[in-house]
Amino acid sequence: MQASDPADRPAGYDVAVIGAGVVGCALARAFTLAGARVVVLEKAVEVLDGASKANSAILHTGFDAPEGSLELACIREGYALYHEVHDQLGLPLVRAGAMVLAWTEEEVAGLPALMAQAVANGVTDIAPLTGAEARRLEPALSDRIQAGFRVPGEHLVDPWSAAHGYLMQALANGAVLMRQAEVLTGRHTGGAWHLATTAGAVTAELVINAAGLWGDEVDRRVTGESWFTIKPRKGQFVVYDKTAAALAGHILLPVPTTITKGIVVCRTAFGNLLVGPTAEEQEDREHATVERDTLQALMKRGSEILPALANHEVTAVYAGLRPATEEKQYRIRTDLAPGYICVGGIRSTGLSAALGIAAHVVRLAARDDIPLADPVWPQMPNISVNGPRDWQCAGHGGIVCHCELVTRREVEAALSGPMPAASLAGLKRRTRVTMGRCQGFYCSAELARLTEGRLAQPMLDPGHG
Amino acid sequence: MADSEVIVVGSGPAGLAAATELARAGRRVTVLDREAEAGGIPRHCGHYPFGMREFHRLLRGPDYAARLRATALAAGVTIRTRTTVTALLPGGTVEITDDSGPATLSARAVLLATGVRETSRAARLIGGEKPGGVLSTGALQGLVYLNNQRPFQHPVILGTELVAFSALLTCRHAGITPLAMIEPEPRITARSPAIWLARLMGVTVRLQSEITAIHGRTRVESVTLATPTGPTDLSTDGVIVTGGFRPDAALLRGSHLQVDAASGGSVIDRWGRLSDPAFFAAGNLLRGVETAGWCWSEGRRTARAILAALEGKLPAQGGTRLDLAHPGLRLAVPQIIGPGSATHDRLQVRLAAPARGHLTLSQGGRIVASARIDSLPERRLSLPLPTAPGPGPLTLTIEDRP
Repeated sequence: MQASDPADRPAGYDVAVIGAGVVGCALARAFTLAGARVVVLEKAVEVLDGASKANSAILHTGFDAPEGSLELACIREGYALYHEVHDQLGLPLVRAGAMVLAWTEEEVAGLPALMAQAVANGVTDIAPLTGAEARRLEPALSDRIQAGFRVPGEHLVDPWSAAHGYLMQALANGAVLMRQAEVLTGRHTGGAWHLATTAGAVTAELVINAAGLWGDEVDRRVTGESWFTIKPRKGQFVVYDKTAAALAGHILLPVPTTITKGIVVCRTAFGNLLVGPTAEEQEDREHATVERDTLQALMKRGSEILPALANHEVTAVYAGLRPATEEKQYRIRTDLAPGYICVGGIRSTGLSAALGIAAHVVRLAARDDIPLADPVWPQMPNISVNGPRDWQCAGHGGIVCHCELVTRREVEAALSGPMPAASLAGLKRRTRVTMGRCQGFYCSAELARLTEGRLAQPMLDPGHG
Repeated sequence: MADSEVIVVGSGPAGLAAATELARAGRRVTVLDREAEAGGIPRHCGHYPFGMREFHRLLRGPDYAARLRATALAAGVTIRTRTTVTALLPGGTVEITDDSGPATLSARAVLLATGVRETSRAARLIGGEKPGGVLSTGALQGLVYLNNQRPFQHPVILGTELVAFSALLTCRHAGITPLAMIEPEPRITARSPAIWLARLMGVTVRLQSEITAIHGRTRVESVTLATPTGPTDLSTDGVIVTGGFRPDAALLRGSHLQVDAASGGSVIDRWGRLSDPAFFAAGNLLRGVETAGWCWSEGRRTARAILAALEGKLPAQGGTRLDLAHPGLRLAVPQIIGPGSATHDRLQVRLAAPARGHLTLSQGGRIVASARIDSLPERRLSLPLPTAPGPGPLTLTIEDRP
């Protein structure tokens, strides 16, 4: 178990947030700033280890979200809040803008309804595009493009820094993070929840289930029953070399279906180009595998959209799981048990909506805590293309990861502080080490030296060597 | 420092050989390397054989790298390590960063010798999960020889290029017992004597097989192989993904300099000169992998071209762009062929697939060089270049005639 400072932990908390994904991190921040004493319980060794570790890193406007839905309201509020806080937290915002592209007559026929939906959803700055106009804006687009429309407000973010930043602000203002703290059972007596976890007992007035892929299971363990079933939906992605990023300034979106937003082509906040995701239902909640055939199909689709993409190298491939349920909408409920809120089924818009969901849940909880008058605003280190990087400042100690220009000082910082990296994956998300072209060819040895004895889950098996 | 006449980017065998040659000719040379120690890849190849061509004796990689460093320093070369070049600018300027922050350096000539890396697991689209314990040979060697660490006990080795046998030697050194070598082709890629090393170590070589998936959440637990008799699972605790060398050309790709789509490295003329004549390139950046000795020799010869350039004696840029006219050809270097006997007097060729026939260089329908080949993709092939090519396009092809 790793808590921020076990000695200082009070006997009981006001709020226990179960799950340190992007939604849990945003909830921890919102309740902390609202004046509650918060504990975050994460079963994994590292935060963002479930659904939040892999997504398409887009800050959506909600233009295509279901009209009148809670999801739409949370996306709109989350979007506005991200714009409000990102500078203060040092979080990047790459104002890329999106194009929804129609490649067939059928898709063209679907555009007017989509544009009407966008306007109804409050995204009014859209503009229709002919195929020629789309290609003027994006010259690398295939000449088979028929028509589309622009959504200038769709932006790119760093999905990990964002969530880390939310949680870091919570921790800086008194919240406590417990990792390797899997919730086993819950009992509500005397106006408080008594949670048994793998890291010991935790008491809190309000329990919030933000357990993502395990949301139904946590419902069962704490309240005795679950009102929905998680149906994991896998998404595979291909990440191209930074040389490919020049091929698309905009986020290139397809006309969505009822199942999925479809295959997106877009830059990343780190300067790569990404193609994905797929939408594949599966039972397994732990394992998200990539498959060569599927990756090749994604690459083929990418090259149909941007023919020049075929000349660029693949840097990385990954897969993530969306915590979908049997229904499309968010599964947020306060009436399952006293002092218990379930925040479930946040499938693929969690990154965009997280701050909005958190604000919504704080309102639902209707606690009478006194909001912090002057909260601390920690600054996240910039690892995106959005601003200066550490290697551009003296005293960085030299470069460790050459492909991503990650410095020794950045690695050291990520291994210390209130939320030190606990695994190589966590270190990658904080710094981007090994995430570049060579995928560790050059820096593995140096990283193994720098991290030796400092990761809860070591790079190499203990006992070896 | 500021008054260096030549900047060399990369301190592997090619970079250090060139720097030494230039310093011996009285030129002020600075070598920049991003690692903590100069010497390049041989630093972590803790096995033989290195040094026969250069020092006329058999050395292990680290000793060889130390000799290259000592020789360069004795010749008066300035070596700056932990210094990363971040951009190449027209006319011989480089942007760098080190602990004191970013800076700009200029010289009359810049030699790029940034070497190679192996194709990653990701770029090979190997399926499955992403547990720890999947390493390139380069990463394995770094852990074993630089750190004295042992990342796994019973890995499988993907690939049978020469470097896969280097991975075998590295395993033997570390007390690691590989289970199998996996090769998609029906025969091993390295010259056949290498197979005896695998036999000696009791390592099964599985031909016509591929790793389709890697399993395990935090550590490798098993791999799925596609074999001629169908898919099969193999329990293992690691995967060494070897070979598939490609030029480490990130700097080049982000610059004004021309990149060769075929090799992924720089476009050079017969003097090793790039599209901006202030820049030269040598070593594995040109083509993917060659031996250290080959790179060393290429570095020396390119240094002589740089000396000629500094003296104003190098012919103006120009020449015919070589055309690869057969899908079985992966790359050919140099790409710009002008007249004269120069740094590159032979055309270096690599295949995309196993091929048998005649490798033929022709100009205007006239054959200027031809050689019988029966070769695998990673093997060294070359043809002599004409000292006085006539006008008209030069074409390289593979003819199927016996």
